[in-house]
Amino acid sequence: MSFDIDSYLSERRPDDVILDFKGSVDSDFINNTLDAVEQRMVDLDEPPKLKKKVYNVLVEALQNLFHHVDSVPRDYEGGSGDRFGMLFISRDNGAYTIVTGNFILKEKIEKLEEKIKRINSSSKEEIKELYKFILNHQKISEKGGGGLGLVDIARKTGNRLKYLFEDYNESYSFFYLEIKINSKAD
Amino acid sequence: MEPIIIEGTTKTPSVKFDAAQGVFELKGRSIPENSVEFYKPIIDWLDSYRDTPMDKTVVDIKLEYFNTSSSKCILDVFKKLEAIHKAKNSVEINWYYEEDDEDMLEAGEDYESIIRVPFKMIEINE
Repeated sequence: MSFDIDSYLSERRPDDVILDFKGSVDSDFINNTLDAVEQRMVDLDEPPKLKKKVYNVLVEALQNLFHHVDSVPRDYEGGSGDRFGMLFISRDNGAYTIVTGNFILKEKIEKLEEKIKRINSSSKEEIKELYKFILNHQKISEKGGGGLGLVDIARKTGNRLKYLFEDYNESYSFFYLEIKINSKAD
Repeated sequence: MEPIIIEGTTKTPSVKFDAAQGVFELKGRSIPENSVEFYKPIIDWLDSYRDTPMDKTVVDIKLEYFNTSSSKCILDVFKKLEAIHKAKNSVEINWYYEEDDEDMLEAGEDYESIIRVPFKMIEINE
């Protein structure tokens, strides 16, 4: 499931944009973003079920960035630091779209893509079993990730994960992930 | 044995585990980046409780949100409770979920299918 970031961004109407961020995804940023998005959903009077899904999925998306981003390539001028990432949240007809972006070392692409493909080719029931298997058998990594984030996102949204690895230089690519949360979550 | 009491924050749940009563409660949000650090004292406390548990332990889980990193730590908590149950003590886990929150109900059912302790799913109507 490939994803075209340029056309995606150009198709957004400014009114639909809830958040557009590029910078360091640290603990403070995560806290502030969760508070802000939660408040925005209260202001929009979103249904409780949707509010919960968006919040849950956003926690996982942000913490995936927090735990897994690779440091910024030296020649990149758009930002710096160990936890550089991008986050874009929009709302269209009551449905939410969360896009995250981060640098990834090319040697890690194969494993990540394999994982996403496995999730995307699984049925709802298979995703549930996969979640339970990882929950019960995999230890939390040194970085603090549990390996469950993407599986949980797919399970909670019921949607396929759209993604793109954009070539940056010989060592790095930029990884985009698009997560859609339907207005009437089923 | 002293109870373990931890105040809740916006990212971590309140914890009230009372060894003398055998009544434990975990409530609120559990979404810290480092969940292992938060849950370690609870796991250690349960290791001590396991030596001299009450005949009956009732555990109320009233979580609003939890992240996947907490989900593994919560499983570790349940595994400690399972060991207490296996040693012929009564343990009961009450899993609370808000009305219509199917994700939270399913999460409880995941644990119920992994852990051999009686679970009760309790819907909260607001």
